[in-house]
Amino acid sequence: MMRKLAFVAAGIAGLLLGGAVASAADEAEPPLPKVKWSFDGPFGTFDRGSAQRGFQIYEEVCSRCHSLGLLHYGDLTGIGYSADEVKAIASTKQVTDGPNDQGEMFQRPGRASDKFVAPFANEQAARAALNGALPPDLSLIVKALEGGPSQVFGVLTGYRDPPPPGFKLGDGMYYDLYFPGHQIAMPQPLAGSDVTYADGAKPTLEQEAQDVVTFLAWAAEPTMEERKYTGTKVLIFLVFMTGLLFGAKRKIWADVH
Amino acid sequence: MAAPPAQNKIVRWIDHRLPIFAFMQHELNEYPTPKNLSYWWNFGSLAGIMLVIMIVTGVFLAMHYTPHVDYAFDSVERIMRDVNYGWLMRYVHMNGASFFFIVTYIHIFRGLYYGSYKEPRELLWMLGVVILLLMMATAFMGYVLPWGQMSFWGATVITNLFSAIPVVGQSIVTWLWGGFAIDNPTLNRFYSLHYLLPFVIVAVVGLHLVALHQHGSNNPLGIDRKGPQDSIPFHPYYTVKDMFGLGVFLIVFSVFVFYVPNLIGTDPQNYVRANPLQTPPEIVPEWYYLPFYAMLRSVPDILFIPAKLAGVIALFASIFILFFLPWIDSSKVRSARFRPIYKWVFWLLVIDCFVLGYIGAHRPEGWYVIVGRVATLYYFLHFFLMWLIGKIERPLPLPTSISAAVTAKGGGRMAPAGSRPMEKP
Repeated sequence: MMRKLAFVAAGIAGLLLGGAVASAADEAEPPLPKVKWSFDGPFGTFDRGSAQRGFQIYEEVCSRCHSLGLLHYGDLTGIGYSADEVKAIASTKQVTDGPNDQGEMFQRPGRASDKFVAPFANEQAARAALNGALPPDLSLIVKALEGGPSQVFGVLTGYRDPPPPGFKLGDGMYYDLYFPGHQIAMPQPLAGSDVTYADGAKPTLEQEAQDVVTFLAWAAEPTMEERKYTGTKVLIFLVFMTGLLFGAKRKIWADVH
Repeated sequence: MAAPPAQNKIVRWIDHRLPIFAFMQHELNEYPTPKNLSYWWNFGSLAGIMLVIMIVTGVFLAMHYTPHVDYAFDSVERIMRDVNYGWLMRYVHMNGASFFFIVTYIHIFRGLYYGSYKEPRELLWMLGVVILLLMMATAFMGYVLPWGQMSFWGATVITNLFSAIPVVGQSIVTWLWGGFAIDNPTLNRFYSLHYLLPFVIVAVVGLHLVALHQHGSNNPLGIDRKGPQDSIPFHPYYTVKDMFGLGVFLIVFSVFVFYVPNLIGTDPQNYVRANPLQTPPEIVPEWYYLPFYAMLRSVPDILFIPAKLAGVIALFASIFILFFLPWIDSSKVRSARFRPIYKWVFWLLVIDCFVLGYIGAHRPEGWYVIVGRVATLYYFLHFFLMWLIGKIERPLPLPTSISAAVTAKGGGRMAPAGSRPMEKP
């Protein structure tokens, strides 16, 4: 048995060693910035203050180009806004509705049940306005990047100008340390002091990035808190039940052998 | 252990016309099971339970899913966000696929180690291989349904495999797609088949169980039961043991579902809407296909066979060869516990599969290609070794009976050297 284990261990060690060699052979990618997220860990929740500040940044900065198509204004109660506050936020938007009785589309103030209004009517309009680039929808960006929230944070804080010597930048592109391939069409969106926080938090670049990533992490999975909370209950039940079953198994098997 | 006739009049009335109670009595209460089964024997029932979990969650997901290229992605996100406990159904289903494969692979390797495929369980084993094939097809089509980037491009890579078939390949691909590209007809048929195939699996699992109950479970010693002293009834001994194993399994499963649901369940790229105009940087299948994917990409041109076709042949051969295992293995001794050489070769195969899985996750460049080719070659060599070792290996003495071996643990004697399971005592 020990020899068997040693054999398997050697195999696994070989695999790990191979992995180390392989990653060293890859292009040296900088490690993602280590950020402590409020929503990390089995009991992590979205810091409401941070998420609301992040929503403010989305509203005042990101939403000029990026849509958030999977969210409704009513969802914002999930980061601590009251129903009245959500109504007030929604009513500042102009939503296209219709057709009306005359068969015409019309504009009306937004409601909580409306989806987030997109900055551009369609892909072509976005590309025409933005030098041919298409800003992705941000609803799932935190789950769509390999590095998760830390990579989004990295991209937002990873702009370097000028790029490192020898790096050939495409026309109208910017250098970013953490963007896949290091070339990004988006000009640096946050530089610090881009917004005025109502709660007195200091809008440094890091603070802004942390806030907006917290907001986007919530946007990517608004049910995360319910999931973790349910998980705790389920695990407590399962551990208890499995303990009982172990006792039952011991008792029933006592007369075998 | 003849059961007393049912006391309840209604039960008796039903049983006289439809003997379901007698059936349960026979297959659970009386069904004799070797008393020495280890926890490795839990994985069969775990696989069965996973199948049920997948079908139940899948049925609920189907109530909210829209199989259309314009709506599929959004409908999955709607399940995640707006459907009550939709996130739970989806994450259980998504991670359930991985865990279904984990328990099934362990179940298969357990069969390999203890020789469960040998006479008289050849058909039992072959039905299992059929289940594996059906599972792979079902999981592949299920992964396409969310219509993310990896769904689309994974489907592109896999369906294109068929284009390697000479002459008719391209026509077959067009026929599979229902058009000249992967599009709405493809998604629709995959959805239809993804709903159908699990029930086909249920049917084959039924046959698998009939074949199992014909001769009963194999056991860690690989010797036949000689009498009642070697057996215990399935219920309550193995029902409670399976339930306890299920509890442990569900704890591990729940940790993944509730705390790291996207770790092994999906690729980050699949949270990006499918875009036929933009190839993702890397197309990697789900982890449970990686060893096969590695073989597919490792095989070079062989004589007049182009690499692509050779790779596809290797891919299918790697599974179909399992059908012939009962006749490839030339040893009469079932359990590797008594096979000093095969035991090591078995673990080499396990390591080889891990190596292939590792290679499958990386681009076939540089030394990955070499290792991939060696590992692929070794995979097939293993089956030759199985035949060869059976011819030259000298098995250890087998215990005379299961109960003798169980009591021998306290210092009793084993059977004399050279005794074989086929010999009469």
